[in-house]
Amino acid sequence: MIVGLDVGGTNIDAVIIEKGNIIDTIKRPVNHEHLFESIWTALEELFSRHDKENIERINLSTTVSTNAIVENKTSPVGMIIQNGPGLPNDYLACGDENVFISGYVDHRGKLVKDLDQKEIDKAIELFKERNIDSCAVVTKFCTRNFSHELKIKELLEKHFSSITMGHNLSGKLNFPRRVFTSYLNAAIYHTFKNFSNDIKKSMEREGIGAPLYILKADGGTTSLSAAQERPVETILSGPAASFMGINALLHTDKDALLLDIGGTTTDIFFLADGLPLFEPLGIEIGSYKTLVRALYSHSIGLGGDSSIEITNGRLKIGPNREGPPYALGGPKATPTDALIALDKMKIGNREKAIEAMKLLSKELNLSIKDTAQKILDTMGDMIKNEVDRLLAQINSKPVYTVKELLYGKKIKPQLINMIGGPAKFMQPILEKKFNLPCYFPKHYHVANAIGAALAKITTDITLIADTSQGILSVPEMGVYEKINRNYGLDSARQRAIEILIERAVSLGAAKDEIETEIIEESVFNMVRGFFTSGKNIRIKAQIKPGLIGEVKGDKND
Amino acid sequence: MIKMIKAKNKLGLVFFPAFDWAISSTHPEREERLLYTQDQIFEEGIEDIEGIYFYNPAIATEKDIQRVHFCVPDVKSRLTKSHFISAGGAIKAFEAVMDGDVDKAFALVRPPGHHAQRVVYGDRGFCIVNIEAVMIERIRQQNKDLRVAIVDTDCHHGDGTQDIYWNDKNTLFISFHQDGRTLYPGTGFLDEFGGPSAYGYNINIPLPPGTGEEGFLYVLDNVVLPILDEYKPDIIINSAGQDNHYTDPLTNMNFTAQGYAKLNDKLNPHMAILEGGYSIEGALPYINLGIILAMAGIDYSHVKEPDYDKDKLKQPSDITEYIKKLSHMIYKRWQNREKLRADIVKGKDNIQRARQIYYDTDGILENQTQNFKICKKCSGVNTIDSQSDTGYHIFAITIPMDACSDCLDQGYKLYQDTSKFHYTNIYLQDRVNDVYYSK
Ligand SMILES: [Zn+2]
Ligand SMILES: [Zn+2]
Ligand SMILES: [Zn+2]
Repeated sequence: MIVGLDVGGTNIDAVIIEKGNIIDTIKRPVNHEHLFESIWTALEELFSRHDKENIERINLSTTVSTNAIVENKTSPVGMIIQNGPGLPNDYLACGDENVFISGYVDHRGKLVKDLDQKEIDKAIELFKERNIDSCAVVTKFCTRNFSHELKIKELLEKHFSSITMGHNLSGKLNFPRRVFTSYLNAAIYHTFKNFSNDIKKSMEREGIGAPLYILKADGGTTSLSAAQERPVETILSGPAASFMGINALLHTDKDALLLDIGGTTTDIFFLADGLPLFEPLGIEIGSYKTLVRALYSHSIGLGGDSSIEITNGRLKIGPNREGPPYALGGPKATPTDALIALDKMKIGNREKAIEAMKLLSKELNLSIKDTAQKILDTMGDMIKNEVDRLLAQINSKPVYTVKELLYGKKIKPQLINMIGGPAKFMQPILEKKFNLPCYFPKHYHVANAIGAALAKITTDITLIADTSQGILSVPEMGVYEKINRNYGLDSARQRAIEILIERAVSLGAAKDEIETEIIEESVFNMVRGFFTSGKNIRIKAQIKPGLIGEVKGDKND
Repeated sequence: MIKMIKAKNKLGLVFFPAFDWAISSTHPEREERLLYTQDQIFEEGIEDIEGIYFYNPAIATEKDIQRVHFCVPDVKSRLTKSHFISAGGAIKAFEAVMDGDVDKAFALVRPPGHHAQRVVYGDRGFCIVNIEAVMIERIRQQNKDLRVAIVDTDCHHGDGTQDIYWNDKNTLFISFHQDGRTLYPGTGFLDEFGGPSAYGYNINIPLPPGTGEEGFLYVLDNVVLPILDEYKPDIIINSAGQDNHYTDPLTNMNFTAQGYAKLNDKLNPHMAILEGGYSIEGALPYINLGIILAMAGIDYSHVKEPDYDKDKLKQPSDITEYIKKLSHMIYKRWQNREKLRADIVKGKDNIQRARQIYYDTDGILENQTQNFKICKKCSGVNTIDSQSDTGYHIFAITIPMDACSDCLDQGYKLYQDTSKFHYTNIYLQDRVNDVYYSK
């Protein structure tokens, strides 16, 4: 039995999947003030109907980290930032205290100027004075040489309970994002740790020995203990759960557009040859751009409950939700009212829905039926326009080789897979607008929980082997080792896979389940003077994205 | 809440390092050239700055090349895909400016182009196609009267750009470079002042080895900016070669990343295009970052090379004195250009110019004679008679964009009347109608 649970805006959904069958589901309202209690109540109720012994794993998609950030319920953070030469540093000041220190390494990781320990001592004093207990240390180009981060951590260790180091969070180059990501990680460290402790205690009390994993924004999971070290990876897992859910319920290996049309928003995703598309650098949360690996997703303020207005004789749907649909006692007409008025959706008070349409129809100079139809049609246009815009953006993303520029993959969806309340009713409209076949599954109401349940451990690493310096590094794993001058691409590939597997195991993966792949590799001949001085080998490797299994039918239908 | 960094000027960047293209594996113009620049740009988070936009290159067409060059025997046999992309990258950047999508643009593309002359037998100074010229002439198809000033800050004389705009008054060319007596291509002296229809609009500033920040900025303030003030171009383009840097392996100057950024800031160009620059680790990441920030209007004062030492790079006073005198002389010549031109064209119908051109990269030697007709109504039909030691002997006719009907007719007549008996290839470049013939 695999248990999947997803915390949404209003509900908690959970499912139990056994041998590809959905054998039980539950939906309970969520109390965000008491998130852990809400989650545990839902799980307990679900478990009470089954033998707890049979639980193989529990996958949770929670909002604990996201909410902490969005609602500003974070711990104060002391930042130590080594900016080196380049951009000015004032815009990096994201912590409650920010100490900018001297010293730096260059783009190849060569030490240019050493640390000044006095500056660190001063920072320690300052943070203690301010009762700061969470710190983050980030140095420019630490992905190439993180010795300064390690040294500073050593100095901080005895004074503070949580220290985040930039190089542990991502191997990608983007210093400002690494600073913000490290800040967020430190800021939610204690919140997540409390949550994690609550879970551990409750599992122990209930005698559940199954491993528990947390869903990440990249559609994969990580162990509870790893999430405790890097809670920032667990932000914004909601869209990832719905993405995974759509894929679990509707399989394809083509280029596809995925839509989750909800009450307030429509989430847009893409598949390239059936494989997920990732954000090039990382996800954004609030005003922070991060390096948190994430599925590409784009949300627009358009859903079944979006409020409708008419401005200058034109329909305007969303981006706000001002309450439930008019037919369900809300203040304004919504697309759901259009569906109810057309008798497609059989909920609420149809008379009220018709009344809402009537008001709009006068302004639009249309019949009531045409008004309702026009609302759905406008929704279709809005989705189509946004998708076209996103595709144009994705397909013109910067490339750096002649081969990619001339022959690079362009995404061209062949079909649409979608979930969400209004999805079924939008099907004929979207099929016409996009001129593509459009599918929606039966069990969309628990799709997110299914997606969470079937997610697997994911991770990636960045390896650089610089044979002229004789150094191989993988920042995410803290690897910084010597290599000889003849080190080649084959050895580097092998080492990358080894380290990747090591990392996946440390995140809770079983060794025999791990499927690895190299997603980028390049070798540059380094020439100094007129002679080759070495090779600069760069490799990115990842656990193949995907699902643990697929779902067949379900018994609880 | 964090303070967001924002570009004061909207800046378009075409960053195309062509990681899969090299002249040869140990050549300065190789895959690795922009690798560390990319690392620096990525690590600084340039792509996240509000107001900075990245574009992929367009791909230049054969016609784009023919508008500028006589490729021998033809375009396809002289260019690789990378050349079309490099020129296309410049075009894309310029289009973004002309369309008003951005205020300024910087094309960080390779291979470079400023040594590519009108006739192209092969690669010289790592250039086959003059990407600035291909870009400008493409944009001029829609903006016929565009007045352009090109300021070439590469350490080598931009002899290709000089050749292409030699007789074009609508394109002012100013080149800073290390004195031709001490560096390839050995040209770029004061008396190379333009063809009969554009005499005075080709300005060379040959600087002594060892010139540093002080010297470059002195020339900018005392020669370049005053001339630009008078010329009043619609568009200023910086051929931003970066080999004046104190760490460059091919040259002997003492310029810095700060210096390049300041120069760009003061020059305030609409466009910058990367040219040479082969100190790929110690200079390019910092110079390119400096130029990007300067163009975007973001504080660049913290951009410094690891081994930057202000005192060590201070310009000796004898160089400073020499540059002052030189600047004075150049500016004087610019002011006297009408009179100087009158002396040159007095009593002449045609002016000839014979040159020997060496293609260092491909080891080709060319001998050519250009003939410029002096026409009262237009800048005059002109021809090139050229022979290479690779066995070609070509005759090329250019009808300039502003050609009068006499010159237009004369161009076509020349093309028809010239017999293939003497020549391996004959070309006609009709810029009036944008059509190109060869036989
Ligand atoms: Zn040069
Ligand atoms: Zn004429
Ligand atoms: Zn001849």
